[in-house]
Amino acid sequence: MNFKTFLKNNIVVLDGATGTVLQARGLSLGELPEEWNISRAQEVEEVCREYLDAGADVVYANTFGANCLKFGDRTEEIVRAGVMAAKRAARAFKNKFVALDIGPTGKLLQPLGDLAFEDAVNIFSRTVRAGVAAGADLIAIETMNDTYELKAAMLAAKECGGGLPVIATCVFGSDCKMMTGASPEAAVALLEGLGADAVGLNCSLGPNEMLPAVQRFLKCASVPVVVKPNAGIPEERDGKTVYNVPCREFAAQMRRMVELGVRAIGGCCGTTPAYIAELRRIADSILPAKVEPKNLTCVSSYTHAVYFGGVPVIIGERINPTGKKRLKAALREGDMAYVLNVAVAQAENGAHVLDVNVGLPEIDEAAVLERAVCEIQAVTDLPLQIDTSDISAMERAMRRYNGKPLVNSVNGKKEVMDAVFPLVKKYGGVVIALTLDEGGIPADADGRIRIAKKILAEAKKYGIKKSDIIFDTLAMAVSADGTAARAALDSLHYLRHTMGVNTSLGVSNISFGLPERDFVNGTFFAMALQSGLSAAIINPLSQEMTKTYKSYCALAGYDENCLDYIAYAGSVQREKVVAAPSASAGAAEGAPSLKYYVEKGLKDRAEGAAAELLKTVSPLDVINGEIIPALDEVGKAFESKTLFLPQLLMSAEAASGAFDVIKRAFGGGGEPKKLKIVIATVRGDIHDIGKNIVRTLLENYGFTVYDMGRDVPARAIVDKAKSVGAHVVGLSALMTTTVASMKETIELLKAELPDCRTLVGGAVLTAEYAAMIGATKYAKDAMASVRYCEELEGELFGDK
Amino acid sequence: MKVIRGSLDHIDRKEALRYAGYAGVAGVTAGEESAALFDECERLLLKELSPAAVYECFPVRRGEGDELDLGFAKVRSNSLCRNLNGCSRLVLFAATIGVGADRLIAKYNRLSAARAAALQALGAAAAEQWCDKVNARIVLEYGAARPRFSCGYGDLPLKLQREIFPALQVTKNIGVTLTDGDLMIPEKSVTAIVGILD
Repeated sequence: MNFKTFLKNNIVVLDGATGTVLQARGLSLGELPEEWNISRAQEVEEVCREYLDAGADVVYANTFGANCLKFGDRTEEIVRAGVMAAKRAARAFKNKFVALDIGPTGKLLQPLGDLAFEDAVNIFSRTVRAGVAAGADLIAIETMNDTYELKAAMLAAKECGGGLPVIATCVFGSDCKMMTGASPEAAVALLEGLGADAVGLNCSLGPNEMLPAVQRFLKCASVPVVVKPNAGIPEERDGKTVYNVPCREFAAQMRRMVELGVRAIGGCCGTTPAYIAELRRIADSILPAKVEPKNLTCVSSYTHAVYFGGVPVIIGERINPTGKKRLKAALREGDMAYVLNVAVAQAENGAHVLDVNVGLPEIDEAAVLERAVCEIQAVTDLPLQIDTSDISAMERAMRRYNGKPLVNSVNGKKEVMDAVFPLVKKYGGVVIALTLDEGGIPADADGRIRIAKKILAEAKKYGIKKSDIIFDTLAMAVSADGTAARAALDSLHYLRHTMGVNTSLGVSNISFGLPERDFVNGTFFAMALQSGLSAAIINPLSQEMTKTYKSYCALAGYDENCLDYIAYAGSVQREKVVAAPSASAGAAEGAPSLKYYVEKGLKDRAEGAAAELLKTVSPLDVINGEIIPALDEVGKAFESKTLFLPQLLMSAEAASGAFDVIKRAFGGGGEPKKLKIVIATVRGDIHDIGKNIVRTLLENYGFTVYDMGRDVPARAIVDKAKSVGAHVVGLSALMTTTVASMKETIELLKAELPDCRTLVGGAVLTAEYAAMIGATKYAKDAMASVRYCEELEGELFGDK
Repeated sequence: MKVIRGSLDHIDRKEALRYAGYAGVAGVTAGEESAALFDECERLLLKELSPAAVYECFPVRRGEGDELDLGFAKVRSNSLCRNLNGCSRLVLFAATIGVGADRLIAKYNRLSAARAAALQALGAAAAEQWCDKVNARIVLEYGAARPRFSCGYGDLPLKLQREIFPALQVTKNIGVTLTDGDLMIPEKSVTAIVGILD
């Protein structure tokens, strides 16, 4: 019998701890347990046999940490020996299974840590290939703390696992969260999307402490739930570490879990064959509960899941260059800061999901979309909607996305379905399906419904569930066709209420070509909500839309005691009160000047004052008369230590806010400087705050700065400097250990770009040290960097 | 080996300002604007903290010259020899305020340099505060102790981290990892040796 069939019909008993048992046999502190697969293979086999004797159906091979980070070229040998030992033990039994055990790499993935996502996938793939070759029956991914690493391991298991079943378990704290913040619902969404055959929890807590998280798993999982707790919490008794839940008690607590519907049970740290023997008795005395499909439509981020079909979901539409000059420019220039600010503004204004569309003909969409998705996930925990018609961009973004993404979109065209559905199946997403096909957009509801049915049937061939498709019945311009709203809403109503699928609309398309579009959008939005709209792609910063949404939720019974509505109404009233006087504040007699606001670092006020000044003063005078003098004064105060870094930075932010106002109004921020600067934190160093401060100030002073981020290899820095024609390369290092990388970078620069200057800084550097490694200039702080670049600007481009 | 979790209800403002570079200049104050900035950032950070620590007691043996057998590793260090004067046991601990602080700092690193700098300083202060709590707990349990001592102090090599991590199973117990350059992530994490006085 194969494991999938066995899992379907039985309560599966997994094994207990390997580490605990090996320690009892003499494994010493700090010794890698997997070494025993070679040095003490017999004992490893015996441990497996003890668990099988005790009644385990599945034994985990001793391969938890058998990855190439720890074992390098010996990885395959260690994995093979581990799986073989388990297989030798299982040979004497019938219907027993050997799992290739995969634990975390021990490193945190980028952007938090230093392990690249694809490197993690490769590390896991190597272990998976070796395990499959050695004849494992299934793959058990366990003790995962981070959803991103979990995703890397799942991809490896699916891509290199030769179709073996996969069970995946994560570590949850007593707050029902994984270490990097994921809820049980987020973990289930991700894992089911990626095709796990069973999902659950292991390690960290005893059974009772795990119960709240287990119940949440059971509520949302459509695959069997696995629980492998510790034998309670470790305590020290007579100088020895013991776990505080004894065998019988453990079993009693586990019985409760099985009665609730848990389908696979085992033990983690502190459990022994005696514990597993108790679990065997439980499995033999309870009939397995049927695992019901939950039919939930759900996407997730690295922290939480968002469900469709209940309270209508708001998808923020602002990250889409269509018709947005500013965003187009930002994307062309690679200015992610602007994109990130748009993301955060939408999140703060009530969006539940953010649409990310970077489609511009002149950029490498696949690269930019991937980068945008990763960067946006670093500033917001909202799930993202990957919005592109470029299939390679879609795949790269789905792969790198941390969670289960929403994908926009597929439609009824055969060619599009052929390309998009395999990606949805592989990476696990919810896909928006537009009701159009080769014949265009049907004018009436019936035609759109027919296409929806065709799309459903095709998706089924790929094994994509109905619940993973959201239909967009296409709001078209009512100004061009008076029946446009009717066709969209009638088909939407039918799809939602008769076919039982979720729906979405790009609401604002309806008003295309009309004046005061928000008026029409607001009413159409209300009509769509009433017709059964599950998700609205709108501008969450539009008051008209938010007003409609909040009112609808209160009226439709989604807002208990109208609390949310009342809070929203209160915030609107407060805005009115605040907005009224400040509008004239800038012009009022005796009001503080822009210079004052920049000096004090009051960004909002500085922006207001700049806008006010621009009515009467030329942009250049605003910059040279107010902003630059303020920056200079703050800079000098910083240098004389009468003012400190956070104040300097607040001024810089206020100044850049004012610059933005000027740019928006006049499309330019005065005369740009000519000096080009490439800046990076060198290879091996992950501290980038200092470097970011320098960048912020340099930009403030009008320099063009190419920021390469942190942990950047010498080769990449030199290549960038060449391609942009940099005059200066700024390097930062905080650790003594990374000064060597700095030296290497400088040497490479000297060899290949002898005219380029190097400016270095960071906690460990001194002027002497900088001279020793051959740097052109040492800057003791951010202001010193600015001063140097100004000097150089004068020297190279003087005579203006 | 013990794994403990805890919480902080505030962050020591004076320490945080010191980390931000304010201390030590007569007549210079943080100013109203930065007080507001630090208030805002403290509120943000407190929500994200998940302090955790793991510790265990080891015997100390002295060898030739500056050689030390710390029970979990052998090391040569003059400065640690001096620190462990009068101790035949030590408690090794690893503590962190969690990955949430890193994430918050990374977020504002992209959005607001002023907030990033304030959060960085507050995070460093919070980590020290948490270490003080852990240290106090160790003293309560094991008796009077020497000031805690970390890798990179004096001549104690950073490489010792490679032996501390498996000894306390730091990654498994509290989720702290080591980069290839032996830096800890989450960044606001500390490992230290506390000499227990005989």
